[in-house]
Amino acid sequence: MTEPGHRYREAFAASASRDDGPLVFPFLIGGFPTPEETPDLVRAAIRGGAAGFEIGVPFSDPIADGPVHQDAYTVALAAGATLDTALDAVRTARETDPDAPITLMGYLNPFLSAGSSEDSETDDPGGAVGEPLEGLAKRAAEAGADGVIVVDLPVDESDAAREVFAQHGLSLIYLLAPTSTDERIAAVANRASGFIYLVSLTGVTGARDQVAADFEAFVGRVRALTDTPLAVGFGISRREHVAEVGKLVPAAIIGSALTTTIASAPVGDRAAAVERYLEVVTGHRSEETSE
Amino acid sequence: MTRESGAFGPFGGQFAPETLMPALAELEEAWAEAQGDPQFRAELDEMLRDYVGRETPLTHAARLSEQLGGAQIWLKREDLAHTGAHKINNALGQVLLARRMGKPRIIAETGAGQHGVATATACARFGIECIVYMGEEDVRRQALNVFRMGLLGAEVVPVKSGARTLKDAINEAIRDWVTNVRTTHYLIGSAIGPHPYPVIVRELQSCIGREARDQLHEKIGKLPDVAIACVGGGSNAIGLFHPLIDDPVRLIGVEAAGEGLDARHAATLSAGSPGVLHGTRSYVLQDEHGQITEAHSISAGLDYPGVGPEHAWLMLTERAEYVSVTDEEALDGLKLLSETEGIIPALETAHAIAYAAKIAPQMSPDETILLGLSGRGDKDVEIVRDALESREH
Ligand SMILES: Cc1ncc(COP(=O)(O)O)c(C=O)c1O
Repeated sequence: MTEPGHRYREAFAASASRDDGPLVFPFLIGGFPTPEETPDLVRAAIRGGAAGFEIGVPFSDPIADGPVHQDAYTVALAAGATLDTALDAVRTARETDPDAPITLMGYLNPFLSAGSSEDSETDDPGGAVGEPLEGLAKRAAEAGADGVIVVDLPVDESDAAREVFAQHGLSLIYLLAPTSTDERIAAVANRASGFIYLVSLTGVTGARDQVAADFEAFVGRVRALTDTPLAVGFGISRREHVAEVGKLVPAAIIGSALTTTIASAPVGDRAAAVERYLEVVTGHRSEETSE
Repeated sequence: MTRESGAFGPFGGQFAPETLMPALAELEEAWAEAQGDPQFRAELDEMLRDYVGRETPLTHAARLSEQLGGAQIWLKREDLAHTGAHKINNALGQVLLARRMGKPRIIAETGAGQHGVATATACARFGIECIVYMGEEDVRRQALNVFRMGLLGAEVVPVKSGARTLKDAINEAIRDWVTNVRTTHYLIGSAIGPHPYPVIVRELQSCIGREARDQLHEKIGKLPDVAIACVGGGSNAIGLFHPLIDDPVRLIGVEAAGEGLDARHAATLSAGSPGVLHGTRSYVLQDEHGQITEAHSISAGLDYPGVGPEHAWLMLTERAEYVSVTDEEALDGLKLLSETEGIIPALETAHAIAYAAKIAPQMSPDETILLGLSGRGDKDVEIVRDALESREH
């Protein structure tokens, strides 16, 4: 098996040599607005210029998410979305683009349940958190994912999980926030593979008008402690945001703005809306022509 | 840097977004410092005595015991604490802690409204800005407490997501904290949440058990045979249990069985499974996909699909037992205590009474039950009236 993170490395290296702005990774929720529509939206995003993916797993209690994602998770769950729906989206993305780095992103509790449904031993309440994630790691790797982000699994609690993921060729992608201390940044730097996800602002997900004023200083603090590629997410919604953060980091993640684009497009026009939006946000199409 | 374990065997831990992790470390440090500072202890003790009215009495429920015809029941009267429930013990302690940390803004969640009122009260006492998140359904169920919080100068924010009850209020409070963490202390209302909250809340509520243990010893010269408390998140129960943990006392936590364990309920330990919710690994109510399911109880303060991690540990190690009683049984418990002792308990507390009424007759008159009377029922009279009326039809 290839060591964890090879698609991330290749994508970041290729992008650096092209020098055409940051990679754009859309965050698409598996099963939003319905499980049936997700594969088309994934393919549309690739046509629009997605360089890779975060595939979101809906959760009933998303404490790090703003109203747009809360509502979208509720809609997806009501439409019958499960972890399998998200894994199907990973599979679609992998089939459509064999080289795109694909990251599964979600909260711990639905991930833990992936273990217990296949392997009743993990129902043992005495186990460490890593063991029950074995089921998730196996299924995510089979679907073609390169890494997993667990929003509520901080570095302090992560070593067992990281090992389990690595055994399946997956990177555990860590998050850092503007509030992270240098000690915590160093702890992540020592463990990271693939990339490190920088939360651009102190807050929950959701589009913002501007990139946070202290983002540059934050990037500087992280850069001082690691060479792992950085991607920025939370609040990024417009072409000019992508261009601005692209001067500091090699990848940008677009979440709520894309979800809103999907939610507000008429049924039947959603894939086209995703493609158009990604063309604009990646700079492949100017804003004017999209109007 | 590596924790990888809860404070309670496999339960507890810090399963929180990165943004909050430095604040949790800061809180842990501030708490440790405060614990070692005699001045903090002295200030808290003085507030508990002169403002809350501690110690609270221990009342022998003579008529109730006689009617049940078994064990002698003693009531630890948290209903007589300022604001009418045990919640003030924790709220005051954490407000003092927030002041030490220099946080000018306090947020809280509330279910029944008791914790919201306690927090608003403590904030008013110290002139601190206070915002309380409350599920829309609970705003409706507990209108009187919403008004009380307003009188106390707090802002109540109705939460419209999910089932619009306690779980959703906690989600929203955490989101506020993620956004305003540099200036804000999250004053969590039960022995739940990421470490160090379950420990802080337990320590601040342990005055219940410490006092009761001493008071009972003074009155009858021995320990109780059984200690009983209701369990929502588990703060009044852990406060009663913890000082008795090394004693030969049977500990019983009573959860809300709502409409029954095969229907809608809030009996997380009795009928849930291990999981991670609101930053801690404990028992939760969930479906096979790990989605948290909605809890139900007639009592807003028990209407929560999670439970404090220390209770999960006490259950796993069989140091404590967890049982449940239904909405209907709780209503009977409320009536029973009202009629026999002239004390209208909170609906939460009524669950503990209902279970005590089940086991007392099987015990002998020289045995003793210590019952945590966590709060008074004024806030619930409307719900109780409606429920009793619809029962007659
Ligand atoms: C009077 C009373 N008892 C009990 C509870 C349940 O909380 P806990 O289990 O944390 O004691 C509440 C919560 O609102 C309450 O108001």
